[in-house]
Amino acid sequence: MSAPMPAPTEEEVRAIVSGQLHLEGPLLPILHDLQHTFGHVPRMALQVIADALNITRAEVHGVMSFYHDFREVPAGHHVVKICRAEACQAMGAEALAARTLEKLGTAWHGTTVNGAVTVEPVYCLGLCACAPAAMVDDRVVGRVDDAKMDRLLREAGA
Amino acid sequence: MRIWVPRDSAAKALGADDVAKAVATEAASRGLDVEVKRNGTRGMIWLEPLVEVEQDGTRMGFGPVSPADVPAILDGTSDKALGAVDDLDWMRRQDRLTFARVGVIDPLDLSDYEAHGGLAGLRRAIAMSGEEIVTEVTESGLRGRGGAGFPTGIKWTTVLNAQADRKYIVCNADEGDSGTFADRMIMEGDPFCLIEGMAIAGLGVGATKGYVYLRSEYPDAIAVMEEAVRVGRAAGLLGGDVLGSGKAFDMEIRVGAGAYVCGEETSLLNSMEGKRGVVRAKPPLPALEGFMGKPTVVNNVLSLATVPVILEKGAAHYAGFGLGRSKGTMPIQIAGNVKRGGLFETGFGMPLGELVNDVAGGTASGRPVKAVQVGGPLGAYLHPDQFDTPFGYEEFDQAGGLIGHAGVVVFDDSADMLKMARFAMEFCAVESCGKCTPCRIGAVRGVETIDRIAEGDAEAIPLLTDLCKTMKDGSLCALGGFTPFPVMSAVERFPDDFARHREAAE
Ligand SMILES: Cc1cc2nc3c(=O)[nH]c(=O)nc-3n(C[C@H](O)[C@H](O)[C@H](O)COP(=O)(O)O)c2cc1C
Ligand code: SF4
Ligand code: FES
Ligand code: FES
Repeated sequence: MSAPMPAPTEEEVRAIVSGQLHLEGPLLPILHDLQHTFGHVPRMALQVIADALNITRAEVHGVMSFYHDFREVPAGHHVVKICRAEACQAMGAEALAARTLEKLGTAWHGTTVNGAVTVEPVYCLGLCACAPAAMVDDRVVGRVDDAKMDRLLREAGA
Repeated sequence: MRIWVPRDSAAKALGADDVAKAVATEAASRGLDVEVKRNGTRGMIWLEPLVEVEQDGTRMGFGPVSPADVPAILDGTSDKALGAVDDLDWMRRQDRLTFARVGVIDPLDLSDYEAHGGLAGLRRAIAMSGEEIVTEVTESGLRGRGGAGFPTGIKWTTVLNAQADRKYIVCNADEGDSGTFADRMIMEGDPFCLIEGMAIAGLGVGATKGYVYLRSEYPDAIAVMEEAVRVGRAAGLLGGDVLGSGKAFDMEIRVGAGAYVCGEETSLLNSMEGKRGVVRAKPPLPALEGFMGKPTVVNNVLSLATVPVILEKGAAHYAGFGLGRSKGTMPIQIAGNVKRGGLFETGFGMPLGELVNDVAGGTASGRPVKAVQVGGPLGAYLHPDQFDTPFGYEEFDQAGGLIGHAGVVVFDDSADMLKMARFAMEFCAVESCGKCTPCRIGAVRGVETIDRIAEGDAEAIPLLTDLCKTMKDGSLCALGGFTPFPVMSAVERFPDDFARHREAAE
């Protein structure tokens, strides 16, 4: 997610969708693949998927909106996820998150004005023995304090 | 010389990749012949990154290591020296059956896996009938490690006896509970163990296809598992002729999409089928009508990864560990505010207080322990008064708690239990699949009611109690049904935190 994503064409969407049709239960793999490629699931993809799977566009939308992962619009260049779950709370995650949101001038799920960082809550990263934990794109970070968070945000261009 | 630097994501989160680079660079600049190997984690997360220098077959540990420590480690003068890793108290006190190889081997080296006992269980299973395999698992006393503790052998028997043209093995790797990471450690540190367990399950019940439903929050585990499946296929461990047995078993990794409720087995199956992850009413049991309507074993990662050692060493060996009806060992995950956090596998029966105060060394902050949540976000908060409770399914049940996936999260006295109760309701509201009103609406009301208590409205406490009763009685699955556990245990065991005075309210 470090570079701006290219604008999707219907042809590309079709290629991605048909690449997964051999799977048993292809819808989640399709949505993941689209989001991986374009940084979000483009609106026009819904009809393409619906046609390919022989379901309605509303059904595709219903599935997509059920899951926290799928985005209708692209995120910032980097996504910072901060764990809000109990083990991280036991190590001060709540205060860390509050200060981070304040620094970024945004609420949960928001993106900084310069488009560099989207910040999301996450409920456990499996890093509970080195809490508080965070993830920048796919990179995990443990024992996050203010100094570490500042460095991560700086590197992400926030 | 061989030097091991973990690739487990907890180690990476603490800088292991930089340490591995520093070791390679420093060794090269000295002209040393060093092979840098990446292992899983031993589970001593407070010592990560834990570097091991292998000399004459003994692995000497150093930790926690930063890149700046590397020259001294190579000089033999490092003050991070811990001695032989296998002799450390944390390691010696465990009985590692499921986790025997995690942190020891290179996770993607199949020959390393075999050299450490891997595939012995599958080889034995290949020579057995399906019934014999299932009987072995039944006799081991293994109970599902995903939370409910249902006997694995009984579930397998149902699938074995079901008549169908296709059956499936589905591994539940959704591991959403806060304070748990054992599934992740297995998948990143010993993926072939899970693959072997699934293959044995397939031979046992007559399934030829397996899936691992792996949460998207675990990108490292996804990468390791996908690679392990490729390696396994190339080596003939997976495919049309498993290890030359003439029997087929293959598998795929499926990635979740950030919904806690999809760890519930029927929601998981819906999700895999490409539907909204709403919970299905039971019956039908997934064992009879599971994935694509076919008989399906749904088991947790730990349940399946324990099957190889049961087949290798025999049911009696496994059942020889444990306490009462909680047979075998449990990989306990100790997390939150503790001095020593990590994974500790031991036979059931150790008192909770020994785990918290002795094994984990008390709090990281040095302040008194206030509460311990066992079993994830649906588990009760236990009070230090309950520290003599032995770690066992029935014992925890009697203490008004549950073991779940065996996450132990410790809080010091700065924790506000009203806030934790509020969080439990908030989490339920965020993650509810929406099917039942008591869960979907009740959790939102729960947050509001706790806010009233926080403002000093003591009359809201009986309302909260009633609401919890409604959620318990009227919810289809344990998300709505068990959220009352953390909430009411906080209210009942930490009443001072709920006795807010109006003037003190913010
Ligand atoms: C809300 C909810 C979340 C769950 N999450 C998980 C999970 O992440 N992993 C898991 O193995 N089981 C989870 N379970 C339990 C599963 O429904 C099921 O009991 C389990 O996968 C069966 O495998 P086992 O018998 O090996 O434990 C969850 C249950 C509920 C109600
Ligand atoms: S209790 Fe909640 S999560 Fe479970 S089925 Fe009902 S609405 Fe869905
Ligand atoms: S609770 Fe934060 S990583 Fe598990
Ligand atoms: S997963 Fe978000 S509401 Fe159910």
